[in-house]
Amino acid sequence: MPAPHPETWLRNTRAGLFCEPGGFHIDPLRAVDRAVITHAHSDHARPGHGAVLASAATLALMRARGIAGVSEQAAGWGEVVRLGEVDVSLQPAGHVLGSAQVVMEYRGSRAVVSGDYKRAADTTCDGFVPVPCDVFVTEATFGLPVFIHPPAGEEIARLLASVALFPGRTHVIGCYSLGKTQRLISLLRAAGWEAPIWLHGALVGMCDVYERLGIALGRLNQASGAARGQLAGQIVLAPPSAVADRWARRLTDPVVAVASGWMRVRQRAKQGGVELPLVISDHADWAELNATLDDVGAPEVWVTHGSEDALIHAAGLRGMRGRALRLVGYGEEEG
Amino acid sequence: MIAFAALLERLLFAQARGAKLALLRQYFAATPDPDRGIGLAALTGDLNFVAAKAGLIRELAAERTDPVLFALSYDFVGDLAETVALMWPARPGNETAPRLGEVEQTLRNAKKGEVKAILAAWLDASDASVRLALLKLITGGLRVGVSARLAMAALAEMSEGRASIAEIEETWHAVAPPYDSLFAWIEGRGPRPSAGAAPVFRPLMLAHPLEEADIAALDPAAIRAEWKWDGIRVQLAAGPGGRRLFSRGAEDISAGFPEIIEAMEFHGTLDGELLVMRDGAAAPCAELQQRLGRKAVTAKMQRDLPVAVCLYDMLFDGAEDLRPLPFDARRARLEAWYGATRPARMQLSEMIAFPDLAHLAGLRDGARAAGIEGLMLKRGDSPYEGGRTKGLWWKWKRDPLSVDAVLMYAQRGHGKRSSFYSDFTFGVWRADGALVPIGKAYFGFTDAELAFLDKYVRDNTVQRFGPVREVAPGLVLEIAFDAAQASPRHKSGVALRFPRISRIRTDKPAAEADRLDSLLRLTSA
Ligand SMILES: [Zn+2]
Ligand SMILES: [Zn+2]
Repeated sequence: MPAPHPETWLRNTRAGLFCEPGGFHIDPLRAVDRAVITHAHSDHARPGHGAVLASAATLALMRARGIAGVSEQAAGWGEVVRLGEVDVSLQPAGHVLGSAQVVMEYRGSRAVVSGDYKRAADTTCDGFVPVPCDVFVTEATFGLPVFIHPPAGEEIARLLASVALFPGRTHVIGCYSLGKTQRLISLLRAAGWEAPIWLHGALVGMCDVYERLGIALGRLNQASGAARGQLAGQIVLAPPSAVADRWARRLTDPVVAVASGWMRVRQRAKQGGVELPLVISDHADWAELNATLDDVGAPEVWVTHGSEDALIHAAGLRGMRGRALRLVGYGEEEG
Repeated sequence: MIAFAALLERLLFAQARGAKLALLRQYFAATPDPDRGIGLAALTGDLNFVAAKAGLIRELAAERTDPVLFALSYDFVGDLAETVALMWPARPGNETAPRLGEVEQTLRNAKKGEVKAILAAWLDASDASVRLALLKLITGGLRVGVSARLAMAALAEMSEGRASIAEIEETWHAVAPPYDSLFAWIEGRGPRPSAGAAPVFRPLMLAHPLEEADIAALDPAAIRAEWKWDGIRVQLAAGPGGRRLFSRGAEDISAGFPEIIEAMEFHGTLDGELLVMRDGAAAPCAELQQRLGRKAVTAKMQRDLPVAVCLYDMLFDGAEDLRPLPFDARRARLEAWYGATRPARMQLSEMIAFPDLAHLAGLRDGARAAGIEGLMLKRGDSPYEGGRTKGLWWKWKRDPLSVDAVLMYAQRGHGKRSSFYSDFTFGVWRADGALVPIGKAYFGFTDAELAFLDKYVRDNTVQRFGPVREVAPGLVLEIAFDAAQASPRHKSGVALRFPRISRIRTDKPAAEADRLDSLLRLTSA
């Protein structure tokens, strides 16, 4: 009997991707009985599920966000868990701490759901492992050839050059609490910035979890505790929404930076008064997306969200069949 | 080119003048000759090579990118040069990104047909930031909001007191890219470059708008009054080394007005207003506009639109610098010289006698002659100081409800105008150096002016948001309006009632457009 094509056992429902013989959803958009969660970003890890399978780090981050499932099961990288009739295992996705790809095998047919991922080096999480498969389900947040992320070290060097040029000003970087914040901190440390890094209160919790899980971040101070003028010449991290808010008044003549893959395009970067756009992303850029298609060698690729048209076209040029799933509800908190 | 590209990128996003100055200073200090001088010229629009057209960039894109991926990308990015810069397929090789000096020299000597191959090789050797700078440079559209004056201010700061902005401005016409001697002077390594005998531009003295608070403080006996002509402020500089006619922005406009140049049979520097004059009467400024921006002028234009200069002031008599003298003394020298030489195509600005300010106010309101905008008030003891010194000269416009604003955004019109950009958003300068929008107006003038504005918008688009184009801040529009009201709903804090474009001020640099605080003062009045 030939192996069943994944489109017969993995399908798109209103709650998200559903693996029928396994009886579970992946990153469901609404509360379900049984969920496999790729990573702890709020658009992928939502509250209210019954049983949750994820990496140990993802479960820890979800608990810190207050969205634990009723019952939890942690799986190590490559550890096979039988759910219904399906063998499920997780492989690192390189997106944020704990982020995983979901590998599913059913009657000799294998599908891999990438979740969000990147291929660039990141000392705050395990690197992406390509898994050969029959269907590769990929994101395409930066699925246009204009999105090529430069080496993150170069962007950090631009930031530090700006700090040197404007020593009397506060450099405040808009970034999300989970993943981007910790990666920026580790990149700054790697570039030799040993001074305390100041945090908006909303970023503190996730940093604590990272440290507990063994990712050293160096000295972090809460910006709310800074004396007037103390933040001149300092680097402050804050959620993007706070940068334009009253909260930012404590900063000294701030240089507003935003770290995101979207900063590659000036029109995007010019919105919102950014003075220093930094192209640092936790998603794969166009080159990484294409390289990953080659690495996994799947004859068929499904695109969950992002700029699917271009990636499907590129897959077609390689002789791969592409299909857009058009899952809505992802990509809200990222870049 | 790497440092220049990095500079452009930061300038594009810098809002405050102080930040732009710091970035420019650092670039000039850290970049060697001749690259920095070429960079300076690129920023001030003084580079001279045959610019490539957008079509060339399209051709390159078609040769090196997949058409579907290009179309999807262009649709997302909205700017041709940026799309190509970002998605250009890198061909890693041995080459490194070209130096700016090399780019300028190569392009200056290149034949038209060679440009494409040269550019492609450079793009291959560069990263996205340099690619974008190259494409913008080669199509003549840097548009990072740096005026020549701002660049000069950065040089003045860099000189640590050796050179003031005014001195640099005067020296500007004596130097040329890559400005080695200018930098040597700024850095204290060489003498101030000398203009030799060539006539140079001297920074113009500018007036402040007269406001209620000023009027009470004016002493009529200490004030001189003249008509404020609605033409183009010019400086006439002539001597054994040549003759030049400069606009108020220090642009050499001699070529457009040969009859004035011919009449400049003197040695010295004069300040005046260029007007179209027929039988001693000034024509509306719109007529003069038709003669602006031309490299050459036909005999017919000279006949149909005869020009003359109304003389306001004398800065130099021969080599003697009169600027430190009081206005009254300079005026006496001007009158004496005029009486002795009776120059063609020039007349003296009339001094208006008045017993008191109420009388003056009446004259101002009654002045309805074409070409008169209102009154100029000058202190009789004022020296001639370049720039806009407070408390010496005032302009007292007839219709106080007009503002010189900078074009910021444009949108297509409706109906028969749907193919034209005819719906304009304009702004004025805030104290921190940012341009803030103050209103929107629809154009109501001739087809030629509409065509001019449409072309200007297309040539100077910085980016697009759907149907709206953002335009580089470079064009000044005189906006007439009925009233200004304080409005917390607007970013600027002010709303104009019935704003309309009364004139296109191609003669006025954007940096000299009105300030938000002067407009805000109108709201309380
Ligand atoms: Zn994510
Ligand atoms: Zn996502």
